[in-house]
Amino acid sequence: MMRCAGVIIGAACLLAIKAVCFGQSITSSEIISQAKALDGKDVAYNGEVIGEVMQRGSHAWINVSDGANAIGVWLPVDLAKQVSVKGDFKHTGDMVEVLGVLNRACPEHGGDLDIHAESLRIIRQGEITRCGLTKDKKDWVIKLLGVLAIIWILSLLKTR
Amino acid sequence: MILKPNLEDVKIIGFYLSKVILALGAAMALPMALSLILREFSPLADFAIGIEISLIIGLAMRRICQTDKDLRWMHGMIVVSLSWVVAMLIAAVPLYLSGYWKSFLDTCFDTMSGFATTGLTLVQDLDHMSYGHNLWRHLIMFIGGQGIVIVALSFFVKGFSGAFKMYVGEARDERILPNVIQSSRFIWLVSLVFLVLGTIALGVTGMLNGMLPFNAFFHGACIFMAAFDTGGFAPQSQSILYYHSMAYEVITVMIMILGAINFRLHYHIWTGNRKELVKNIESRALFASVLITFLIVAAGLSESGVYPHASTLFRKGFYQLISGHTGTGFQTIYAQQFLVDWNDLALVGVIIAMALGGAACSTTGAIKMIRLGIISKAFMQDVKRILLPERAMVEEKFHHIKEVFLEDKLVRPALIITLAYIILYGAGSLIGMFYGYPFLNALFESTSAAANVGLSCGITAPAMPAGLKITYIVQMWAGRLEFMSVLTLLGFFVAVIKGKR
Repeated sequence: MMRCAGVIIGAACLLAIKAVCFGQSITSSEIISQAKALDGKDVAYNGEVIGEVMQRGSHAWINVSDGANAIGVWLPVDLAKQVSVKGDFKHTGDMVEVLGVLNRACPEHGGDLDIHAESLRIIRQGEITRCGLTKDKKDWVIKLLGVLAIIWILSLLKTR
Repeated sequence: MILKPNLEDVKIIGFYLSKVILALGAAMALPMALSLILREFSPLADFAIGIEISLIIGLAMRRICQTDKDLRWMHGMIVVSLSWVVAMLIAAVPLYLSGYWKSFLDTCFDTMSGFATTGLTLVQDLDHMSYGHNLWRHLIMFIGGQGIVIVALSFFVKGFSGAFKMYVGEARDERILPNVIQSSRFIWLVSLVFLVLGTIALGVTGMLNGMLPFNAFFHGACIFMAAFDTGGFAPQSQSILYYHSMAYEVITVMIMILGAINFRLHYHIWTGNRKELVKNIESRALFASVLITFLIVAAGLSESGVYPHASTLFRKGFYQLISGHTGTGFQTIYAQQFLVDWNDLALVGVIIAMALGGAACSTTGAIKMIRLGIISKAFMQDVKRILLPERAMVEEKFHHIKEVFLEDKLVRPALIITLAYIILYGAGSLIGMFYGYPFLNALFESTSAAANVGLSCGITAPAMPAGLKITYIVQMWAGRLEFMSVLTLLGFFVAVIKGKR
């Protein structure tokens, strides 16, 4: 049993080392499922910056999502300033690559699973998302308005 | 002999249902207005379609089912149980049109989860959702927390004798004030006052945490609604972990506890009777239960070694526990961490807390503290009966607003409802296991759904089987309404098929 666990942990460590050495990032699901093996190690993680850059003194929090989960990244304000577009309804946020130390239960941040970033690189600039009104929806609004008007008039007539 | 319901019965039910549908349509005006202000035109159209559909169905039903007859118990119960199903369908329309849910079933899962103040969600790409849709998700929780039917009636009906039947149907068997409509309005008053205070507290904290003012207050309002109504939705996919803030966690814990307190107790505290908080059986049961379940969780986490520091163990363990115990479902860990990092003992501690829930006549689900207190007292009474001489008179009483003697007529319904919840938790677990999930995972998720909690260990996901989605929808519905109105509805359908004229 112990031997089997050792092999799994060893494999996970190799995976993490390989990820950093070759610039290959790991996913959020891997980070969460292998947090024990990756705890305190350098990791590379790619994803979109979502929400806001939350500045706390000389550092800031950003949340980086790879589509499956968003991971909290703690980084110096200088690095955070590189982020110009944050993902929300009207924007696709900057795609970033974060290199830093993974903490399974960060003692500095109340046990959060987080990454303390040492470097941040913008892979792709964020952009405004086109989220305009489609013709289909516009048509449905008008058609249903017509039905509603008829029902309302009929109900008034019947009352009289 | 079962009597077949007649057309008049159907008309009475339809008439009151129409009022609920119209009220829901009116409620959609709020997120629609926000979408208009923020120039979110696609969501604006989604809410316009939602309102139009509500008005079309509501007006047509009101006209067809027009009646001046009052409700009987059966009608009240059926109106309540059907209202929750109809509300689930109507509220899902604007959300489904947003394209953030894989199917209409997934959207209905979320709207039932919202109304039942559960918090389990199947939404995809939540981090890019519009403000309008996000507000609607949280507003659904706020409405569901007060009780959909009572919300509709307290604002759209001036007063009628059938109100109490619906009030009871929505699992509120304690009147705060002599009149049900007044009781509902008091619940609204408490909720709105706390909404303002809670939003300010969370908004200011958000700004101090580095959020922009608008976002800080928007998130503050949403998080307040989800916390006070012990719902558990959040505007971001990471739940409370998104904020990385201890102050945010402390404030949400306080709001969750306020939401888990009986509204009658709120009334007594508001009117200056603060001693009631200490004397009340529910407060005492909640304190004891939190203490015991936290010891179990702490022992489990300590054994697992995931949090080597006592402060982090307390912060993570206590937050998830309070979130589970109050039936909220906020998380400051990832869902998968429950399985990867927490051991079975810690999970069992959270499951017990979720199964017990908060106070009666609050926004929480589950077995509830009053029943736990009554059953514990009855157990103690029976132990005393065995230990004392046979001729000894063993009387037990408890304090719940006033001194109450423990009688079998109180113990029996408490035991029946508790048993019903245990069966509901077990049935959901069995179905989960049928779909191939391990026992503890299936029990965790099933308890979370049936007790209207919302904590997830990862089973709830868009890819989960449709059968399990429907199971959890039924569990959330039956669990929120505490069975009686749901069973009456089933009885009504049996009467339609088998009844005699």
